[in-house]
Amino acid sequence: METQKTALYNYHKNLGAKFVPFAGYEMPIQYKDGIVKEHISTRTHAGFFDVSHMGQFFLEGDETLTEALEKIIPADLKSLKINHSKYSFLLNNDGGIIDDLIVTKTEKGFCIILNAACKENDIKQISQFLKKNHKYLLNNDLSLIALQGPKSVEILEKLVQGVSKLKFMTGNNFNYDGENLYITRSGYTGEDGFEISIPNKKVEKLIDFLISNKVKPIGLGARDTLRLEAGLCLYGHDLNEQINPIEANLKWAIAKKRKEVGGFNGWEKIKNLLINGSDKIRVGIKPDGKIIARESTKIYSSDDNEIGFVTSGTFGPSVNAPVAMGYVKSKFAEVGTTIKLEVRGKKYGGKISQLPFYKKSYVK
Amino acid sequence: MSEKKFSKKHEWVSLEGDVATVGITKHATEMLGDIVFVEVPDAGKSVEKEGQAAVVESTKAASDVYSPIAGEITEGNKSIADDPGSVNSDPEGASWFFKLKIKDKGEFDSLMSKDEYDKFCKENPN
Repeated sequence: METQKTALYNYHKNLGAKFVPFAGYEMPIQYKDGIVKEHISTRTHAGFFDVSHMGQFFLEGDETLTEALEKIIPADLKSLKINHSKYSFLLNNDGGIIDDLIVTKTEKGFCIILNAACKENDIKQISQFLKKNHKYLLNNDLSLIALQGPKSVEILEKLVQGVSKLKFMTGNNFNYDGENLYITRSGYTGEDGFEISIPNKKVEKLIDFLISNKVKPIGLGARDTLRLEAGLCLYGHDLNEQINPIEANLKWAIAKKRKEVGGFNGWEKIKNLLINGSDKIRVGIKPDGKIIARESTKIYSSDDNEIGFVTSGTFGPSVNAPVAMGYVKSKFAEVGTTIKLEVRGKKYGGKISQLPFYKKSYVK
Repeated sequence: MSEKKFSKKHEWVSLEGDVATVGITKHATEMLGDIVFVEVPDAGKSVEKEGQAAVVESTKAASDVYSPIAGEITEGNKSIADDPGSVNSDPEGASWFFKLKIKDKGEFDSLMSKDEYDKFCKENPN
C-alpha cells in the first residue's frame, strides 16, 4: 500500500517537520523545536496537531441505526444528545477492544472518530451490524486539526465566534470563510482545546491563522508525551483486541445503563469481570530516579516475581520525570505499591502511581 | 593540544597520552533530539573496540553509545547522568561520556578526522 499524506503534508515540510511512517501515513514526528519544547508550549500556550489521518466516519439513519451501533459500542447512544460526544470503544465478542473512539451524536446520526491504523477494519466491523437504510461514509475530504492548550479558546474565538461557549465533550457547526466547520471541545493532551473538522481546501488558511497567533505545530512525539502524562491510552500499545475495558481500567467509559442491561458484544464477559474483577489491570507507573521504562519492560514485585509489563513509557516533560503505563496482576495495582522494572537486564525500583500524572484542566 | 577523531557511530574521541575521552557528536544529538536519560560506565570496566559502553535516551528512543577504542574505563561523567539535557547543549565539550585507558593507539589513528566525519555525515544524513 502506498504511503498516504494528509492535505497539510507540504505545509508540514515547510515548517521543518521530520516525518515518520505512521499507520500508513507520512506524519510529522516533530518540528524544529523538538519534542520537549513542543510539549511545553502546548501546556503553557497552545499547539496544533494535524490528526487528519484519523478516520472521520459519518453514519446516517433512524433509531435502528442507534440500536445497531449499540451492539458493538457500549455507550448509551440512545440517551446521547445532539452535539454531545462520548469516549467509547468497538468491542469484539470476547469484550476485547477493536478500537477506542469518540462518538458524537449529529442531527442525522453519528460521527465517529477512528484511529488511523484501525479505521478500515473498524468500518468492516461496524458495517456488519448496519441495515440497508443506514448510510455511512469515511470522509476523506475533511481534515482534522486538534488545537490544544490553555490559550486555545481565546485564539479560536477570534476566528470562529461562539466556540468559547462549547463545554467539554460537546460540539457544533460553525461558519468559517463560507464553509461549515464542525468543532468539538475535546482533545487528547489533558489540556483544554478543540478538534476542528474542516474541508481540506481551507485547512492551510486555518493553520496560517493559528501560526500568526503563535500556536506551534506539534508532532506525534509530543502528542505521545502529552497523552501519556494525561493518563490516556494509545491504541496498539495500551489497548488491543486481547484487552477488555475492565482490564484497561476504563469501566467508567461503559454507560451505567449498558452495564446493567447489556446487549453489546462481550457483555457476558464484562458483566462477570465487573462483579469479580480482572486478573490484570492497567496502572500508572513512576520509575525511581531517571530510568525510562519503555514499552515491553517487564514488571516485577518487590520479591522478584514477574507481575506484568509496560505498554507505554517515556520521559514526561511537565512532570519532569519518567512516566509509564502498563498492566500488572490486580493485587499489585494499589497506588504506592513498590515494584521493580527490568531495563537492559538490570532491575530498577518504581511505584504504582495515580493517573493522570499531569492534572487536567478541562472546561466543564 | 589533544587531537580529536570521529567514529561512524557518531562518537568523538580525544586523546591525551594513553587516556581517551569519548562523547557523542553534535550531529548525533541533533538526530536524537531531547536527551532525557544517560547511563555512563563505572571505572574499572573493560570495553571492546566498538563494544557497548553507555546508554543515551531521548524522548523518542534509547540508543547505545559504543567505545570506538578498546580499553579500561577510568571515569564515567556523572554530571551528565544527573543532567542529561546538558548533552544537547554542549555535546563536544563538558558533556563527554567516559574516559578510558587505551591499549592500541592504532585504533585511534584509524578513526576519521573532522573533515572526513563531516563528509561522512553529509553522505549519510540519517
